Amino acid sequence: MNLRLRRKIESAGVLVLSITAGIGILITIAVTVSILFEAMRFFDLVNPLDFLFGTSWNPQMAMTAEQEVGSSSFGSVPVFLGTLLITLVAMTVAVPLGIMGAINLSFYSKAKTRDYLKPILEVLAGVPTVVYGYFAVIFVAPFFKYFFASFGIEVASESALAAGFVMGIMIIPFVLSLTDDALNSVPQVLKDGALALGSTKSEMIKKVVLPAATPSIVGALILAISRAVGETMIVVMAAGLIAKLTFNPLDSVTTATAQIVTLLVGDQEFNSPKTLAAFALALTLFVVTFIFNIVALAVIKNYKKKYG
Amino acid sequence: MGREIKNLKKRNAAERRFKIFGVASTAFALAFLAILFVAIFSKASGAFWRTEIALEINQNEDYRQAIKDGLRQRFPEAKTIAEINSLYQLVSKASNLEAKEQSGKQQIWISASSKSDMFFKHQNSSALNENQLLWLSDLKEKNEIRKVVNWKFFEFADSREPEIAGVGAGLVGSFLVMLIFLIFAFPIAVMCAFYLEEFAPKNRLTDIIEISINNLAAIPSIIYGLLGLTVYLQFMHLPRSSSLVGGMTLFMLVLPVIIIATRNTIRSIPSSIRDAGAALGASQMQVMLHHLLPLSMPGIMTGTILAVSRALGETAPLLMIGMVAFIADIPQGFTDPTTVLPVQIYLWSDSPEIGFMEKTSAAILLLLTFLILFNLVAIILRKKFEKKW
Repeated sequence: MNLRLRRKIESAGVLVLSITAGIGILITIAVTVSILFEAMRFFDLVNPLDFLFGTSWNPQMAMTAEQEVGSSSFGSVPVFLGTLLITLVAMTVAVPLGIMGAINLSFYSKAKTRDYLKPILEVLAGVPTVVYGYFAVIFVAPFFKYFFASFGIEVASESALAAGFVMGIMIIPFVLSLTDDALNSVPQVLKDGALALGSTKSEMIKKVVLPAATPSIVGALILAISRAVGETMIVVMAAGLIAKLTFNPLDSVTTATAQIVTLLVGDQEFNSPKTLAAFALALTLFVVTFIFNIVALAVIKNYKKKYG
Repeated sequence: MGREIKNLKKRNAAERRFKIFGVASTAFALAFLAILFVAIFSKASGAFWRTEIALEINQNEDYRQAIKDGLRQRFPEAKTIAEINSLYQLVSKASNLEAKEQSGKQQIWISASSKSDMFFKHQNSSALNENQLLWLSDLKEKNEIRKVVNWKFFEFADSREPEIAGVGAGLVGSFLVMLIFLIFAFPIAVMCAFYLEEFAPKNRLTDIIEISINNLAAIPSIIYGLLGLTVYLQFMHLPRSSSLVGGMTLFMLVLPVIIIATRNTIRSIPSSIRDAGAALGASQMQVMLHHLLPLSMPGIMTGTILAVSRALGETAPLLMIGMVAFIADIPQGFTDPTTVLPVQIYLWSDSPEIGFMEKTSAAILLLLTFLILFNLVAIILRKKFEKKW
């Protein structure tokens, strides 16, 4: 083929490729703009300070925008407190189990067991969240209710504990596989050195491997938190819908994602602050997870550079 | 000396404790997986069976009436209006359609109502009154009921009556949605990954693209639902709750995942391949098309399958674009209102009738079977074609 023609065709090909690369940015911009735009419309109707620091969340159904604002309140503090509570419960379950599981897989289990366990844990990671939600409703929540009732403690049937616990289980494989990567990327020399100096395996792990891998594990945990904060179906199904200003895990709380779903599902009037409030929540959610992700990815990248 | 030995004992005990804790946490994760499967699947089997009741009817144009007459002939003891009504409740409200299919026969088999179905399957009589119990026991004694495989569960769409509700619409919907997002996401993601790995200059813009793609892979999926709602429904006015919009929404979710998987595969190909190609006079584009693409194909397929299986389980973003509607018909095209399997699970899980409980579990069983199959294929692909360079 004519060499010059070939060059031309190829540079056209590269141009096409570069356009596809732009789609990533395009989607990011579309996400930001569309949510920001609707959230701005919400903040035209409701004072942003009331939204951020108000302690009462009670969006009402209304026909027109004017009629709305007086009767309902959009203080997001209880909603985000609920999100925080459920995330905390989830991390309490996922962090120790995930990290210890990874240590077990990396240092203690036989190569063969490892080969079987990893795909099984991948299955656990691949179970859709709607399944976890259903499981929380039919099994975990009644179990907690029954369990605590035997001590005379009353638990709400849509408790933060049940939703958070199941969410924690959902996150375990995620924490586990990221921690596993982190542990494996600690140079073998460091591990061998510790063992050669006479430390037991657990001392080597606790005093050499974990400190060396800490930045990467922290990065993994931030990603896990970001995932817990954005998790939707489990909380829609297993957590409550009424926003309460409480930090008791046995009580029923609501989360930002659950509120977005309840506000936006069904036919809705697009100009009412009730539906626009969902976008304000989503904007906050987006900003928070965005910051978490950027920080986590930067931490992990830095760490990889160090040990390459 | 004694102190060292004592110390060593302590250290070894700590070692054992640590190990036990590690094994225990792995065991806990696995035990939970087992509990989840048992708790859900033990309830699922019922949905694959259906109870049918035999009935003698006189042929009549009006099948609904014919069934009612047949029931009253079979149980003439029902006299008061309340008794007659509870008699009619023994059979499915949709049984007239079944009667129509079997027209011409004297004795026909029609579906039992969910209440009677629950009674025969699980001896659950909580929803039945005394008369109904008596009649059902009579039918059982005279062998006028039978258990058949419930193919309708796979063929039919959702229904208000649990006994004829099925996942047909969800299966078709999931397939249509998958078709849409794969057609868009796969080529774009692969091209984008090759550009970023092989052609992109190292500059600010490339960094921004990289950050935004990594971030897109990690933002909550519900955000994509909101994007779909504002861009596709409000701005572009595409049909609400259609598989087209669902697919386009999940496209954004799948895209970064495939890009990242593809990039990792390309990166693992040693530069000697590229250098050898260049040394023989191949252009960068030729090296890519003739060598890098075929070599990375298994990795790309694995990543794509995993991305697809993740997207097929997504519920939240689809709720945002209106896929919570009650869909009683199997979708015929990309613009028809559609439901997908996970959304169907969500809708059924909310239904108060106990008949829907086994449907929910069975739908979950179906969904998980698909996803595990997908994962299995991905794992096998990875094992088979994995190259250690």
